[in-house]
Amino acid sequence: MRALKFLLKKEFIQIFRNKLILRMIFVVPVVQLIILPLAVNYEIRNINLSVVDLDHSEYSRKLLDKVTSTGYFQLTDFSDTYKKALKAVEEDKADLIITIPQGFERDLIRDSKAKIMIVANAISGQTAGLAVTYSNSIIREFNNEIRTEWIQMPRMNARPVIEITNSNWFNPAMNYKFYFVPGILALLVTIVGFLLTSLNIVKEKEAGTIEQLNVTPIRKYQFILGKLIPFWILGLVILTIGFFVSYIVYGIVPAGSYLLIYLFAAVYLIALLGFGLFTSTFAETQQQAMFISYFCMMIFILLGGLFAPIENMPDWAQALTYINPVSYFIEVMRMIVLKGSGFIELLKHFGIIVLFAISFNALAIWNYKKTT
Amino acid sequence: MNAVEIKNIVKKYSKKKSSVTAVNNISFTVEEGELFGLLGPDGAGKSTIFRILTTLLLPDSGSATVLNYDIIKDWKEIRNIVGYMPGRFSLYQDLTVEENLEFFATVFNTTIQENYELVADIYKQLEPFKHRRAGKLSGGMKQKLALSCALIHKPKILFLDEPTTGVDPVSRKEFWEMLIRLKKQGISILVSTPYMDEANLCDRVALMQSGRILEIDTPQNIVNRFEKNLLAVRSGNMFNLLNDLRSIPQIESCFAFGDNHHVVIDETDFNSEDLKKYLISNGHSDISISSIEPTIEDCFMQLMKK
Repeated sequence: MRALKFLLKKEFIQIFRNKLILRMIFVVPVVQLIILPLAVNYEIRNINLSVVDLDHSEYSRKLLDKVTSTGYFQLTDFSDTYKKALKAVEEDKADLIITIPQGFERDLIRDSKAKIMIVANAISGQTAGLAVTYSNSIIREFNNEIRTEWIQMPRMNARPVIEITNSNWFNPAMNYKFYFVPGILALLVTIVGFLLTSLNIVKEKEAGTIEQLNVTPIRKYQFILGKLIPFWILGLVILTIGFFVSYIVYGIVPAGSYLLIYLFAAVYLIALLGFGLFTSTFAETQQQAMFISYFCMMIFILLGGLFAPIENMPDWAQALTYINPVSYFIEVMRMIVLKGSGFIELLKHFGIIVLFAISFNALAIWNYKKTT
Repeated sequence: MNAVEIKNIVKKYSKKKSSVTAVNNISFTVEEGELFGLLGPDGAGKSTIFRILTTLLLPDSGSATVLNYDIIKDWKEIRNIVGYMPGRFSLYQDLTVEENLEFFATVFNTTIQENYELVADIYKQLEPFKHRRAGKLSGGMKQKLALSCALIHKPKILFLDEPTTGVDPVSRKEFWEMLIRLKKQGISILVSTPYMDEANLCDRVALMQSGRILEIDTPQNIVNRFEKNLLAVRSGNMFNLLNDLRSIPQIESCFAFGDNHHVVIDETDFNSEDLKKYLISNGHSDISISSIEPTIEDCFMQLMKK
């Protein structure tokens, strides 16, 4: 145990002496938490709209007024043919084309139904999807309005209308920052825990100091613990800074208990440090370690459910998220911060992350050979 | 009890299809309290021997003991009693001189104060820089610090892998003076070096090449065994001189050696007078030829040819 104490002391001296890394450790969470949630906005406004109105009727004008008055769309092009509108899309002047065919009003009155065409530029799938959804709901609303208008007229057999209102549970104002910030926090802890550990161990290999240590009575487990403990502490410190920043900037206070978050983060970090240790056993240089970690991090993050909801992923990708520890941490963070879930609800997550912790560390120790 | 006993050690490094035999059936012993030198060019297998003896590497076959501890069975004990200085500087560059020494003292469960006496000579020179980071030291200083760190736990045997490579001549001299002082304190030392002039400071040396030992003896005995005539030759045009000398059939070998070319003459009926005549006829001027005593380097060159 005495040796471990000195290893830790050495490690902390080194960490605190590396001014650049130290600054990064503290600056990165603050900057990321402040900039990312503001920049990543899931709402899309000012979608460029091109309109082809071949009907020029009262209803077509009403419909277009309705569309443009929502604020989501910006009328940038008014073409007289669909072809010209398409050209506007090609020139990147429009993202969405609404075509109102000739006889729209006539059909609507005579047959009680009419067709319009919505074409979205799907270069950015997300924008296109949202644009179509928005316009659909606007048109549906327009549809309801005329329907009630017409039904009210005879006043004889008023048809019942079901009005749908919705409420967003756990996040009533649909403030996506509440949803995004806990996820970013999870990522920050992941980066520190994973990247820094693997780089740090490989640094000892690169400098040859590991060889020098190997000729001392220091045991394998002491060396590993000496490496893991500092970054475990650092990870929890980052989490604390993160919570502090999210309280100051966004006023986010977890609905559930801090204790539970820290408990989960503590176990999660053990799993992650084990994985960092595991990658470090493969790499001979920091450059190699950097690439391996970067590759793993990209997959972990993209399949983590922060930027794209896991439910939207194809089955095979969803299957991959089951072996992605990051996705569990992001989920747990959201469950505790937004929903206020308790230990019982998180039992499954705890069980899985404990399994991760055990298996990653077992793999790492098995692969890390000190003798021979 | 011998400090080191190596018997028939073989170590191959294999990479896919090709394999390199770094150490090929080597046996030797180092007596207790001896300063033993491993001499040889790069790739002779010196570092591999060090890594095997410090339990960092397992040999493919053969056995070895360090102070009667088996390198395979008793690796734990060995790690407590050896001081190892790898060929590459491997201390923490971002820790200061003092922190490095303190760290290595503590991992061996001791303190700087406890064994200060042993490192005092060396450490005194480092003390003015004790708050400087190890990475910012000069080459010679780095080696002195590495030696201090290898000594701080009072090892019974020191393994020094090319400690003076890349070190200035003054520091090299100082370094060897320290080694001799350490030897006097009863510490056995196994040291490797590519510098032949350092060989004379060892009690015994092993000349190595390509994983084999060419000869083991005291430097004096090795030199004494050199039976051929050795001449130092100089002329106005040293480059042509080397080629001309090598074309003479009676000359067994010829190497550039500082200001002179060292020439080994094979036959006794060819003397320096004959050589001078030959060189003059080949257009050389300012010729100087003198008979000299062989050095260990001459012996090594001679042995390598065999």
